[in-house]
Amino acid sequence: MWDYSDKVKEHFFTPKNAGAVVGANAIGEVGSISCGDALRLTLKVNPETEIIEESGFQTFGCGSAIASSSVLTEIIKGMTIDEALKVTNQDIANELDGLPPEKMHCSVMGREALQAAVANYRGEEWKDDHEEGALICKCFAIDAVMIEEMIWANKLRTVEDVTNFTKAGGGCAACHEDIEAILEKVLAEKGEKFDATVSTAAVEKVETPAIAAVKTPLTNVQRIKKIEEVLTSLRPQLMADGGDVELVEVVGNTVYVNMTGACNGCQMAAMTIAGIQQRLMEVLGEFLRVVPASEMKKLVNIEGAGHA
Amino acid sequence: MPDIYLDNNATTKVDPAVVDVMIPFFLEQYGNPSSIHKFADGVAKALKKARGQVQELIGAEHDSEIIFTSCGTESDSTAILSAIKAQPNRKEIITTTVEHAAILNLCENLEKEGYTIHRLPVDKCGRLNLDAYKKMLSDQVAIVSVMWANNETGTIFPVVEMAEMANSAGVMFHTDAVQAVGKIPMMLQDTKIDMLSISGHKLHAPKGIGVLYLRRGTRYRPLLRGGHQERGRRAGTENTASIVGLGKACEMAMEHMEYENVQVKAMRDKLEQGIIATVPHSFITGDLNNRLPNTTDIAFEYIEGEAILMLLNKAGIAASSGSACTSGSLEPSHVMRAMDIPYTAAHGTIRFSFSRYNTMSEVDEVLKVMPTIAATLRKLSPYWDSVTNEPVANPEAAFTPTFK
Repeated sequence: MWDYSDKVKEHFFTPKNAGAVVGANAIGEVGSISCGDALRLTLKVNPETEIIEESGFQTFGCGSAIASSSVLTEIIKGMTIDEALKVTNQDIANELDGLPPEKMHCSVMGREALQAAVANYRGEEWKDDHEEGALICKCFAIDAVMIEEMIWANKLRTVEDVTNFTKAGGGCAACHEDIEAILEKVLAEKGEKFDATVSTAAVEKVETPAIAAVKTPLTNVQRIKKIEEVLTSLRPQLMADGGDVELVEVVGNTVYVNMTGACNGCQMAAMTIAGIQQRLMEVLGEFLRVVPASEMKKLVNIEGAGHA
Repeated sequence: MPDIYLDNNATTKVDPAVVDVMIPFFLEQYGNPSSIHKFADGVAKALKKARGQVQELIGAEHDSEIIFTSCGTESDSTAILSAIKAQPNRKEIITTTVEHAAILNLCENLEKEGYTIHRLPVDKCGRLNLDAYKKMLSDQVAIVSVMWANNETGTIFPVVEMAEMANSAGVMFHTDAVQAVGKIPMMLQDTKIDMLSISGHKLHAPKGIGVLYLRRGTRYRPLLRGGHQERGRRAGTENTASIVGLGKACEMAMEHMEYENVQVKAMRDKLEQGIIATVPHSFITGDLNNRLPNTTDIAFEYIEGEAILMLLNKAGIAASSGSACTSGSLEPSHVMRAMDIPYTAAHGTIRFSFSRYNTMSEVDEVLKVMPTIAATLRKLSPYWDSVTNEPVANPEAAFTPTFK
């Protein structure tokens, strides 16, 4: 069974605002019955103030779908519809103390139901631009459709390219076979052939400019500059996800960083840090440990710590 | 009431008597069966006994037809890869749409390597069409692999007859019998089945032990080469304690065969009849006339399986579901899709699978909570009208969410 948080269980076992709101003037219906998730959100919006006075949900779906629906109705009650539209799926997941990667789509469904309901209230037609594929990378919750689109859009050719552009495959690496299969399929559609031996350097580097690996021993200043350079090269990817990273200190072989923005508190932060560490080790050619700066005081006495 | 385990097709409790016979092989007779000293002198004899116990349960003619493996999946892979390696000119495989992933994913992979895979469809009751099967048999087919009984619905396939047909056409026949062995009687020596897979943990032996039955004279190529273990047909030091445990479990399954088919079946029947009678809009899936005695798979319309399981779990009841959400995939169980069960029901299928450890009072307990669980979730369902307590009129049309 999934490792659901207590918050998810609480909202599943005792859902809030279940059922349709009587006299609702905003209705959103989204989901996919083939996937086994569908949600009807009904809202009563005060036409004067545009405040959501009542919200109710009806959900056909699993435990986390029901919990996401329930928590969404709680979040938006009392908001104006403009405020409600700012609620992201991450807000829904956060309110539930996180969801397993396979279940993040339940929070997406909640946000979409909300958009659909608001569109319905305003007499607009809501169009879903979101297509969902089979989950490929479980570390970063990246699905097949996303990978395919990125391969098309960025002329990717290798698993490493896919990892650089989507993060898929950057964690445990168990999905590399599946990523290769997708590459093979998309490249065949483009009339090209997937070659596992081709080097990544052949691709136009947009987000991760190659940084020459160093071999000779570095001075501390050179070393820190190099680390900064690597972090700068990774920054666009993090920023694309609404996050950022900042170098705080280097002590011995431990690199302390601050994860900010969306990275801060994100379940994936640990994986991201692992990715940064991997890249740093590749470029600097030495063992380095990347640690959140929040751990700094616990681990070392900075004043007294000399460089190893 | 202690928790109720009704997920025996997933795996079973190891019988305490099985654990007892295994322990000496961890602590005393831990020698390598190939060694010549007193730490090993009882081991070879114990393996021989276990081989005989497995032979007895499946009615094999010779005990040398029993090859111990690590699991059902290894047995399945060994069988199919052996058949294609031994007959390199044959590039086709016949199987069904409702096999276990151990067969389906292997076949899908072989398809990428250029093999043609024929997947026999099933009807709404999960039955195969033998005429269609007969037409597929040819000298291009390397092997037929058809499960003896389906893990989700318990539906039994006519493998004895299908093996005869394959044999007449000169085609090898394998059956994944992990759900059937120990639950229904079999006498392999009277059949034309060439290979059969067993998984220990489905019949109260531990996990990590399996068997490939290989009929004497069947052309064979090992998956693992190395030492002389299992007469060179499956190299690797024997998992002695588990083999001994599996032997004991087979002996006990033999003793309980009648119990399984009378008392266990009675519990299953009472549960499914009770549910159908008390939960509206629920139905049993599979071939009701040809099923394992311990399995029932019930579809609860308009609600989703994982949510049902979570509420069952809260009530102390363990079962499993064919919903997409339980496995993290995008589609409900391939078995339900193959039987063309509508999505609104396929996502709400729950499998209850019994063993000889279950009791009638446990059945009563499940019957007590099931109607409430279904009603609770239906109250939340957009397909359900909580005023009339019926599905909304024309449910599929009444609720049509964006992006289907």
